[in-house]
Amino acid sequence: MRKYNKLIFELSKPGRRAFKLPQSDIEEKNIEELIPEKFLNKEDLNLPELSEVDIIRHYINLSNKNYGVDTGFYPLGSCTMKYNPKINEDMANLDGFKNIHPLQPEETVQGALKLLYELDRALCEISGMDKMTLQPAAGAHGELTGLALIKAYHENRGDTKRTKIIVPDSAHGTNPASAVMAGFETIEIKSTEEGLVDIESLKAALSDEVAGLMLTNPNTLGLFERNILEIAELVHEAGGLLYYDGANANAILGKVRPGDMGFDVVHFNLHKTFSTPHGGGGPGSGPVGVKKILMDFLPAPTVEKDGDRYYLNYNIPHSVGRMKDFYGHFGIMVRAYAYILAMGRDGLKKVSEIAVLNANYLAHKLKDYYNLPENTIYKHEFVMAGLKSELSEVTTLDVAKRLLDFGYHPPTVYFPLIVHEALMTEPTESESKETLDEFAEVMIKIAEEAKSNPEILKEAPHNTPVRRLDETRAARNPILKYEG
Amino acid sequence: MKVLKDLYYTKDHEWLRVDGDEAYIGITDFAQDSLGDIVYVELPEVDDEFNKEEAFAAVESVKAASDVYMPVDGRIVEVNEALLDEPNLLNDDPYKNWIVKIEIADKSQLDELMTSDDYEKYLEEEV
Amino acid sequence: MYPYIQNTPDDERKMLETIGIDSVDQLFNDIPENVRLNRELNLNPSMSEMEVERYMMDLSKRNLTINNLTCFLGAGAYDHYIPSVVRHITSRSEFYTSYTPYQAEISQGTLQYIFEYQTLICNLTGMDVANASLYDGGTAIAEAAFMSANITKRNQILVSKTVNPQYREVLKTYCHLQNLEVIEVGEEGGVTNLDELKNLLNDNTASFIVQSPNFFGIIEDLKAIEEIVHTRKKTLLITSVDPISLGILKTPGSLGADIVVGEGQPLGIPLQYGGPYLGFIAVNKAHMRKLPGRIVGQTVDVNGERAFVLTLQAREQHIRREKATSNICSNQGVNTLAAAVYLVTLGKRGLREVAIQTTQNAHYAYSEMIKSGKYKPLFNKPFFKEFAVTSNVAPDVVNRRLLDENILGGYALEKDYPQYKNGILYAVTEKRTKAEIDKLISVLEGII
Repeated sequence: MRKYNKLIFELSKPGRRAFKLPQSDIEEKNIEELIPEKFLNKEDLNLPELSEVDIIRHYINLSNKNYGVDTGFYPLGSCTMKYNPKINEDMANLDGFKNIHPLQPEETVQGALKLLYELDRALCEISGMDKMTLQPAAGAHGELTGLALIKAYHENRGDTKRTKIIVPDSAHGTNPASAVMAGFETIEIKSTEEGLVDIESLKAALSDEVAGLMLTNPNTLGLFERNILEIAELVHEAGGLLYYDGANANAILGKVRPGDMGFDVVHFNLHKTFSTPHGGGGPGSGPVGVKKILMDFLPAPTVEKDGDRYYLNYNIPHSVGRMKDFYGHFGIMVRAYAYILAMGRDGLKKVSEIAVLNANYLAHKLKDYYNLPENTIYKHEFVMAGLKSELSEVTTLDVAKRLLDFGYHPPTVYFPLIVHEALMTEPTESESKETLDEFAEVMIKIAEEAKSNPEILKEAPHNTPVRRLDETRAARNPILKYEG
Repeated sequence: MKVLKDLYYTKDHEWLRVDGDEAYIGITDFAQDSLGDIVYVELPEVDDEFNKEEAFAAVESVKAASDVYMPVDGRIVEVNEALLDEPNLLNDDPYKNWIVKIEIADKSQLDELMTSDDYEKYLEEEV
Repeated sequence: MYPYIQNTPDDERKMLETIGIDSVDQLFNDIPENVRLNRELNLNPSMSEMEVERYMMDLSKRNLTINNLTCFLGAGAYDHYIPSVVRHITSRSEFYTSYTPYQAEISQGTLQYIFEYQTLICNLTGMDVANASLYDGGTAIAEAAFMSANITKRNQILVSKTVNPQYREVLKTYCHLQNLEVIEVGEEGGVTNLDELKNLLNDNTASFIVQSPNFFGIIEDLKAIEEIVHTRKKTLLITSVDPISLGILKTPGSLGADIVVGEGQPLGIPLQYGGPYLGFIAVNKAHMRKLPGRIVGQTVDVNGERAFVLTLQAREQHIRREKATSNICSNQGVNTLAAAVYLVTLGKRGLREVAIQTTQNAHYAYSEMIKSGKYKPLFNKPFFKEFAVTSNVAPDVVNRRLLDENILGGYALEKDYPQYKNGILYAVTEKRTKAEIDKLISVLEGII
């Protein structure tokens, strides 16, 4: 494999072009005649000059430096790196979905509106909620939306005392960040030794100043909150609402629904549970579902049906407003809907069953070498507290870097914060037993290397194009663009 | 972990050195060690006033960020601007390289702080 | 057989044996009985790929597209030409099936294209630092407003009424959450009322937000605005800009903007009924650490090789949690790649050409449209690719007649600007030909 190390600006050569427009048959006028000179930029644009070959080769070579789900196993906990079906890409690229303008008259986009409506209904059925807003652009955005709804609900009741949101210490960072962004203060409650919500801690935190509790179930340790009904009752009795972070929904599809557990508002990550691609960081989509009590506050517009006609409804009495432009990430929703159609009611249940089976199987194979709680049923992911050996010099970071040498993307490291040297692993249902067996073998080999040859771990990775980047330097003296 | 004798300490790992009616404040050796390579220090402005236990500065490493809290009520009279260009000074010598100098609002609050012996014991037990 | 699930019943059996249990159901025993869903989900049964395709294609065919209709509609989403290389590169699965580049060693492809994108946005806007993207133009404005409140420690935001109405709605929704006051500065003659701006600015104003070209397509006098805003030492100027317009217009950076944001959809991203799009944000070096979202930086590895890595992460939610600069986690990933590929493909001369032809086409359409006097211009100011006209015919009548001729007409302004009752906002890009524009005019002429 060639070693490619050029920035696109370094390929630029004066006079090279990759693009030209047709000669216009409209009478050419000088720009200065159309727009006053004082607004115009007379200098050359600071953009590179390249041919199409340059561009293609550059990006293909860059892509070769990347690792995706299509390359191999990607057991990142909390991310649900399942396979991204190719039919979804084809459907999203159909002219009738790709090339419609969001402000077209509704009668010209009935197919799109029908898709959104049906997706709304399907997600409601899966979550046990009454209505969705498809507007949020990602999970964190969904959280912000859900919190805005909770805030509006209390404000509408004239209750302005509720300024706090309770968040478990095991929560994903976006939870407290979203709560603060939504104008709340956070109260962090401790987890039990097992990693579940500490009921006494929760009781102590509840008051008439609490607007709600944010919870992921199963939690970030991959454990199902068995006391969820009690938790829901406590929060509701105290006058608060319950928010479901759907990041871990892959564990419960068709098995249990947040709406039935007592949650008032939920978000899904379509780019996790519903197979849409992670895209190197995005775009995602974070639809939010609510129970009836919150429907009047939903962002406008929602998608509704009247007989055979689908339409956008802006008539939402106490809407919180808009969370983003237009209607949400339609292109992502096309992919998610194709996935729901393909899996269907029985397939989605199978997804969770195999996701959970794969996780428990893999945990079982690793429990003699890595720290895992005894006799635990996991859901779709599990968290190892580092290597079992007494060697404290070999850290989770070293294990992760060594995995790169074997061609694997490592699991999530150092999250959740409540587990020391955390290695959070989520195989997903789209991996085979063979893949899990091979991965387990490598993890065991690494555990053995930690005893016999720790140096090889401390200096890993050895086989990647670049190794152990100097992140301190990057943060102390940030170079955030090419200067030439 | 280095713990200097004549300083006051807090449970959030700040130290305080009295200088007449004023005081220097910084973070302890334990703090800089836990953070790792420090990449940035966010400083307050001169004349800002803070209460005891209020965050007046922040220290960032690559993988973590920590607020620095006032040991006592006070007003900022000087900030250590060298830290803006060389945040690593806090790693090199966290006791010599103070973060701010304050005018102490209420000297009696010093009695509420830990001595170096208290802090050493605290490090052993709690941490 | 279930799609995308590899394990066979035989595999399942072996795995259960290894764990020492009889059935998968036992792995769900931790879910209390009284909460379990004891029925099938009320959804369709699993479908084969052929069936999925059939169903989806049928839905797609019930939509008219900009390939069936000639598009003269803009108002925040535009029909610009997308070079074919864009899709070929963004469909590389090494890019789109990868995750956020937290493990830098095996994500150099993603990290580098983001670094290049950041550079391109800085060069385009004339600013020092850009992030790896935000969701869209509207949330970018909201994040910029929050940034300005955070930097200045003030809680009032001024925004011009000529900013896209949807962006202003998003801004208000966001600001309400943090008790930030949003005050709109009036519009006069299609541009920001500068006298009103002067009067509304006060020592509690964190920032003033203006869009140029504005929602009506008109180029605002940013130089005059900057002078007014910066009479208050701390108040920041936030400008929202159409990236294509930067092919010919002065950069907001050169005009003194503190924060530049915008909607990047025109940069190689298809219309997709409204999303996903691309928000960009760029600032001066002084405010770098207050930027929300991901940022890629250059560094070296242990062998001194140049490499790229996510940096300044201490601002972000996964480290700072409740003290993060924003809650944002996902960025716009492949859309960021699309924008970078678009910009390098058009390059120095191409972007200028597109901006010039776009301007010429729009001005030709405008002058032809107002020739006969049946349609009158709403404003009398310099514009880029959009313009507003009015007549004595209601917009939905006009648009219905245009639709009969397979033309997608402009945006009716009345809903957002009641004072412009029959006003319609037309957008014309480099994709429109003389024949298409002439046809639009001829149909319009026939309506009155």
